[in-house]
Amino acid sequence: MNDIQITPELVAEHGLTSEEYERIVKAMGREPNYTELGIYSVMWSEHCSYKSSRFHLKKLPTEAPWVIQGPGENAGVIDIGDGQAAIFKMESHNHPSYIEPYQGAATGVGGILRDVFTMGARPVANMNALRFGEPDHPKTRHLLAGVVEGIGGYGNCVGVPTVGGETNFDPSYNGNILVNAMTVGLADTDKIFYCAAAGVGNPVVYVGSKTGRDGIHGATMASAEFTEDSEEKRPTVQVGDPFTEKLLIEACLELMATDAIIAIQDMGAAGLTSSSVEMASKGGVGFELDLDKVPQREENMLPYEMMLSESQERMLMVLKPGREEMAQKIFEKWELDFAVIGHITDTGNLTLKFGGEVVGDMPINSLVEDAPEYERPYVPTPKREAVDVAPVNDLNKAVLDLVGGPNLCSRRWIWEQYDHMVMGDTIQRPGGDAAVVRVHGTDKALAISTDVTPRYCYADPVEGGRQAVAETWRNITAVGGTPLAITNCLNFGNPERKDIMGQFVGCLEGMGEACRALDYPIVSGNVSLYNETNGSGILPTPAIGGVGVMKNSDRMATIAFKDEGEAIVLIGETKNELGASLYQREILGEDAGAPPHVDLALERRNGDFVRALIENGQVTTCHDLSDGGLIAALADMAIAGGIGVNVAVDGDLPLHAALFSETQARYLIAADTEVAETIRKEAKDAGIPVEIIGATGGDRLRVNNDAVDIPMSELAKAHTDWMPKFMAKEILTTG
Amino acid sequence: MKSAVIVFPGSNCDRDMAVALEKITGTKPLMVWHQDYDFETVDFIALPGGFSYGDYLRCGAMSARSHVMKEVIKRANDGVPTLGICNGFQILTETGLLPGALMRNANLHFVCKDVAMTVENTDTLFTKDYAGGEEIIIPVAHHDGNYFADDDTLDRLEGEGQVAFKYTSDINGAQRQIAGITNARGNILGMMPHPERMIEPALGGSDGRKLFTSLMNTLN
Amino acid sequence: MKARIHVTLKNGVLDPQGKAIEHALGNMGFDGVNEARQGKFIELELAETDREKAETAVDEMCRKLLANTVIENYSIELE
Repeated sequence: MNDIQITPELVAEHGLTSEEYERIVKAMGREPNYTELGIYSVMWSEHCSYKSSRFHLKKLPTEAPWVIQGPGENAGVIDIGDGQAAIFKMESHNHPSYIEPYQGAATGVGGILRDVFTMGARPVANMNALRFGEPDHPKTRHLLAGVVEGIGGYGNCVGVPTVGGETNFDPSYNGNILVNAMTVGLADTDKIFYCAAAGVGNPVVYVGSKTGRDGIHGATMASAEFTEDSEEKRPTVQVGDPFTEKLLIEACLELMATDAIIAIQDMGAAGLTSSSVEMASKGGVGFELDLDKVPQREENMLPYEMMLSESQERMLMVLKPGREEMAQKIFEKWELDFAVIGHITDTGNLTLKFGGEVVGDMPINSLVEDAPEYERPYVPTPKREAVDVAPVNDLNKAVLDLVGGPNLCSRRWIWEQYDHMVMGDTIQRPGGDAAVVRVHGTDKALAISTDVTPRYCYADPVEGGRQAVAETWRNITAVGGTPLAITNCLNFGNPERKDIMGQFVGCLEGMGEACRALDYPIVSGNVSLYNETNGSGILPTPAIGGVGVMKNSDRMATIAFKDEGEAIVLIGETKNELGASLYQREILGEDAGAPPHVDLALERRNGDFVRALIENGQVTTCHDLSDGGLIAALADMAIAGGIGVNVAVDGDLPLHAALFSETQARYLIAADTEVAETIRKEAKDAGIPVEIIGATGGDRLRVNNDAVDIPMSELAKAHTDWMPKFMAKEILTTG
Repeated sequence: MKSAVIVFPGSNCDRDMAVALEKITGTKPLMVWHQDYDFETVDFIALPGGFSYGDYLRCGAMSARSHVMKEVIKRANDGVPTLGICNGFQILTETGLLPGALMRNANLHFVCKDVAMTVENTDTLFTKDYAGGEEIIIPVAHHDGNYFADDDTLDRLEGEGQVAFKYTSDINGAQRQIAGITNARGNILGMMPHPERMIEPALGGSDGRKLFTSLMNTLN
Repeated sequence: MKARIHVTLKNGVLDPQGKAIEHALGNMGFDGVNEARQGKFIELELAETDREKAETAVDEMCRKLLANTVIENYSIELE
């Protein structure tokens, strides 16, 4: 196969430009053969090289005293005290999930789990951020059903709880859904594993499943725009085996408890190629691999196929010499393949042998450092002016339409298909502001939230980027957690378009500002570009996964009203900010005006105040305000608690603005009337806008007597019913 | 009370079961890897939930035929109290220690949620501490919990008091809303809901504790 | 020798997956499907060359593992 002539067509088929090919020839000092071309093409793909995004990603803040490992490893690592670390990352599996929703989503979960346990962590929580096209689009139900089934099918089997996430609908995702999966794991700070290989002569070991012809060119597919015939690309989709993954987790953690491992890396996108190159590059060494020794599932596999295969559930390790036998026993116990497939060299090259011949020999440096980096031209998104957003006559209907509509309705139909309780530490289940998972065997807990508001990012990328970070920070705060760091999954359209690149640059600018202002750095992430179909891009969607810690898991707030007769306290000032709001889009069918401004100093001040109330035990009921504003938050709290609420809203704002405005940095608290009065005074003293707006009780949601007046039963039904009713129309053929 | 938790490749509620047993009985259970079938004598054997052998072929089918299960079957037949939760229940029916089979949920979806069930028989090792007819909340998490047996078997189970728990509403299509059953002798219990997940208020409730205290009080 | 085994649910055992298929076919406009039952197909490559011995062995495999005779029937084809 290596005698295949390298033609310009072949180069183009590998997603490389002719300039990039010239760069390869220069780096190697000769023409690459077919195998080498394949390897360069995946290493230099957008997915592996971040060639369009690297320049801008460098500007993001990635450090804090508690950050043990920032971006650049398999996952980020933060110190959570007591010698323990949280290890986490979020990653996209958008294109595969559109082509084959079940397997695409399942292998997305599998991949992100491996990124986390590769570093020595036991995965303790899965989250996700999902975007689908408009509900009426003919593919939406099918895709949603398949993705949910795939996430559940994988996560449930490996026994890691899927504790939360977010799901949204927008026509811009009709032909390009987003499936972003996040895993959080726990490890001891002195038992963290990295991928830098070391020690000339040390064995390179392959473990896990055998290699087949799965997903060859998956990494380059993820970097190419979709066209109608992508649906023909089904054979390149990988198939996941969560059972093997479960065994792999246990086997790796068992081996990690010994001192045998020098370096370890999972085989994700671009499989054996990217794992060996990463390990060698980080360690500044060379690798020689004997491809005849790679465990193979199919016959007559060629070097090109073995190096590019994306078969799942595989890992690559460098062991200390002499530990092979002991390691092999562990993997045999777990009935997994184990093979020494090569060793470390001092040549600085990736050398591939097959049938006794050298079939590839490339300088590692050139594969990584010579990868092109583009400072793509961009135009900033034009600023929108503030607009007046009209009221509606029937507020009851508007509330019911929002709370009982696709964007705010209960996601129970989804999360009941995920085992969210396995491992016995889920103390806040899905449906609240953030999921809370205890650190096993301690009083501590992790609070986790995923969020982004793509319509804000579209209207104003800088505000949208700020808001996405701030909202996860607020969600973690609202349960009582101290937000520590984030991971991100940056989903955008074609970076070769100046307007799209402008969105990307703008969102990153906003995110960076928010991270700095909130001491909330980015420790890991993933970029997914070219999310478009036939030239029409998705809304800019920089999904953020935030992680925080709670010292005392007994001091936790949930959104549900706990009792009748409690006072409702609104923290933070409400402004007339209905531009790009959910109300404007869903009720008026418009999208105009500037999105709400994010004042990061206010975020911090108000959030720190609220968190202290939860930490000192004064408050156990709290909800942040976001999509749908005050009224949506009140409805959530009332529905979750099964208790009605009666509030009075006065002031200068028109009523529809007071109810639906999406002004940031706001929280609702419910507390005993005396406690509420104390809180009000404390807030006033701290200069924080605060108002007691009403009380819990009764069986209706009421505002200003009967300006809004909806029986709780009707509200709850609208909220609960939308999703199951919508999905009941799906033709079920899965399982 | 000395317990053993049997661990199969793909078990994933083994730790949860061990934590519950230790918290409630005060003794760490023995964790028995499926290949170590010659394990020491214990007072109680638990088959935990999970996806042993990936649920491939049929849930519990491969585990039921493993070496360690030959030993478990022998001991259970000798009267050692044996509990199978979720995948453990599936394994018990696959071995024939308990009658019937667990089929795919009627709506075909995996279901994870708290469910209400009634304690149908309090005269068993596992249910003594519950009140007769007591309604308890225990979570389920399964894809194949739809209990099936022929009518004669169902009549016999109900007639002989072998139905330990029933759901109060239709959860998965199970015949007669059966959530858990015992063998005729009463020393083997299989159930789909997870009592080990409901042992403290932080997890949403403590209704699962009495199952373990019943057992402990009987054995001590 | 190759053994092909079909495992099907016994009559009278509710088959939710079959029901879903039946329902889906109806929704898609395929009329006249009175019932759908879903089963499993398992193919074994056997070293045994004696047909009778093979049949006995496979039958035992079916009874002991491949089918759950509480709810399933099986049929064996040898080739």
